[in-house]
Amino acid sequence: MNPNRLVAIATKEIIHIRRDVRSLIIVVLMPAILVLLFGYGVSLDLKHLPVYVFDREGSQASQDLLKRFQSSTYFRIAKVANSYPELAQAIDSGKATLAIIIPHDFSERLHDGGPVEIQAIVDASDDNTANLAVGYAQGVLQGYSSDLQVEWRERRGLPRQFVPLSTEVRTWFNEDLESSAFIVPGVLALVMTVIGAFLTSLTVAREWERGSMEQLISTPVTALEIMLGKLLPYFVIGMVDVGLSTALAVYWFRVPFRGTIATLFLSSALFLIVMLLLGFFISVIAKTQLAASQIALIVTFLPAFLLSGFLFAIEQMPVFIQYVTRVLPARYYVSALKKIFLKGTPVEMLYADLLPLAVFALVLVLLATGAFKKKLV
Amino acid sequence: MLARLKQMLIKEFIQALRDKRTRAILFGPPIIQMLVFGYAANFEIHHVGTAILDLDHSQESRELVSRFSSSPYFDVRRQLTDRSQIVDLIDRGEAVIALQIQPGFAENLRKGQTASLQAILDGTNSNTALIASGYVMQIAQGFAQDYQRDRMQRTAPQFVKLVPRVELHQRPWYNTDLKSRWFFVPGVIGSLTLVLVTTLTAFAVVREREIGTLEQIMVTPIRPWEFILGKTLPFFLIGLVDVALIATVGTFWFQVPFRGSLLVLLTGTVLFLLCMLGMGLLISTVSSTQQQAMVTAFFFIMPAITFSGFGFPISTMPQWLQWLTYLDPLRYFLVVLRGVYLKGVGLEVLAPQMLAMALLATILLTLSVFRFHKALD
Repeated sequence: MNPNRLVAIATKEIIHIRRDVRSLIIVVLMPAILVLLFGYGVSLDLKHLPVYVFDREGSQASQDLLKRFQSSTYFRIAKVANSYPELAQAIDSGKATLAIIIPHDFSERLHDGGPVEIQAIVDASDDNTANLAVGYAQGVLQGYSSDLQVEWRERRGLPRQFVPLSTEVRTWFNEDLESSAFIVPGVLALVMTVIGAFLTSLTVAREWERGSMEQLISTPVTALEIMLGKLLPYFVIGMVDVGLSTALAVYWFRVPFRGTIATLFLSSALFLIVMLLLGFFISVIAKTQLAASQIALIVTFLPAFLLSGFLFAIEQMPVFIQYVTRVLPARYYVSALKKIFLKGTPVEMLYADLLPLAVFALVLVLLATGAFKKKLV
Repeated sequence: MLARLKQMLIKEFIQALRDKRTRAILFGPPIIQMLVFGYAANFEIHHVGTAILDLDHSQESRELVSRFSSSPYFDVRRQLTDRSQIVDLIDRGEAVIALQIQPGFAENLRKGQTASLQAILDGTNSNTALIASGYVMQIAQGFAQDYQRDRMQRTAPQFVKLVPRVELHQRPWYNTDLKSRWFFVPGVIGSLTLVLVTTLTAFAVVREREIGTLEQIMVTPIRPWEFILGKTLPFFLIGLVDVALIATVGTFWFQVPFRGSLLVLLTGTVLFLLCMLGMGLLISTVSSTQQQAMVTAFFFIMPAITFSGFGFPISTMPQWLQWLTYLDPLRYFLVVLRGVYLKGVGLEVLAPQMLAMALLATILLTLSVFRFHKALD
């Protein structure tokens, strides 16, 4: 390998990149924007769910109960409805997530003692929101019930009821359960995927498409030099993006960063190399940029989005899908990122994530150079 | 005029379907992706790895533990003997949750004092932690309630039936068993369509420009709008076939109920595809290389999916972001998809969504035709 030729190829690629200012801006800004988007846009922590209430009694007791819903931060009484069809329509159209119906004999039955049921219709088309909403509503009712019971016992001169169990939940690594702390480190994996696999697969496919690859090959450069020269500028862009995204995550979203910078950059470099090589390999086997981009989409971006553990927990997937995730480089990188950011795991404890990435890199170097040489013959 | 359009269409279809590999990419992967992502996208939690440290060894503590081990949400994998083991297990990710019962648990209960349960959660995945802590609370509350009832049964049996209590009778509509898959499958259908159609059309015009064939076509008598129509119609049809394929897989493989009308779904799909074509074309006309088009497309795709309500409720986003989501065509399409699949509602409910998509499609298509004219001058 001749360093001069390598530099020449890299310079050529840099000129290509510089000519296209908009892409460069997008590529540099993309991580910042993605971190912002996911930092703000992704949360399951529900607040102010719209509730429709249908109070069929309108008594002091029913109003007291409804006030408790009103004052809960989880709910917002969107409307006091006057009929059942009105509730049904609100749930159908999504104007209400929860509809509460208080029976016409509510206070009478409360007076008689024993359990009284109130109905809650919940829009379960989003099962998770429904689950949480029901849980919060039960919490409101529990508070109401225990106050009732205190009063009831006092009237009868019974001893005060004791609370048998207090549950203390402590969360480690992400104490306030901030979704940004969980999501934002994974965004790095998405950024690397787009830069690594997409940009490179297109830039190399372009040379094939335009026929300029043949011209390159007729010069004394070797296959390895072409590959490295093409990939080097993108590697630099990718590493700059790692720095940018991390800075934004840590300083803007206050995502804890408990590991070391060196570990972060080492893991990121390893993953970026895998992605760049994959992009190169795709461009060699695809004939056109259109095909290259579609293949890159299917084998890199979408899996990184949905199968890497970035959004959806891998251990909750069916077992055979869990096996599928094992061949995805993004899975190992996302896992390493979460450990570096939130747990501060040192590099020697990350071998389970970094070793597979190294293996991927090695296999892809062989595959890509092999396919490249074969294509030229 | 029709003759010219017909020739253009013939050319486009030949170009799109000529290559065996491209043909395979257009129709094969969407089906596989639907299958894989349909399984992966899920917020439900089952069998969360749980470790238990019971330092009390009493009948009461064992009763509480058995409530966790018999719950489908928790998988009690380890019985610990020492507190230091918790740190190790959670650090290595072998358990997501550790429950700790202090010595004196039963004694406190018997004396009528509050006993305590500690739950330590790995917050690295904030969603799993949030949902799991909800279930911990639920089980603990159930235990406390039953304990109180039993105690009263012993001390004052005549009152047991009289204690006032308000309970929630929940009626989850549309998805009685709260299956997460029913929520996500329509979302995956919409997102895959978005990614596929946008990336394909983003290449439409810029490809001809990059290769230099755009000038050749423009010197023929073809009019710009005929050219645009000829470019988009094939992708429109390919998109329609793909939606049909993935929707079929989603419906029959994942057994998601289809309760609405096919005609309403078709109307929504057509409008959504028009939006995507408009977006793709706009990207294509403002880009000068395919690489640039791809990068720009990503700039659109990622926020479009994140803010559509695909996985995370729009109501949890900050207000300014919620306003921005009104510009996202996928937001409306997902309401239509879930409305038709799960709720079985028709145009009487979905008309606003349809209108919004029609409006967005008109704006995007007009803009792209306008841009195309300008680009030609």
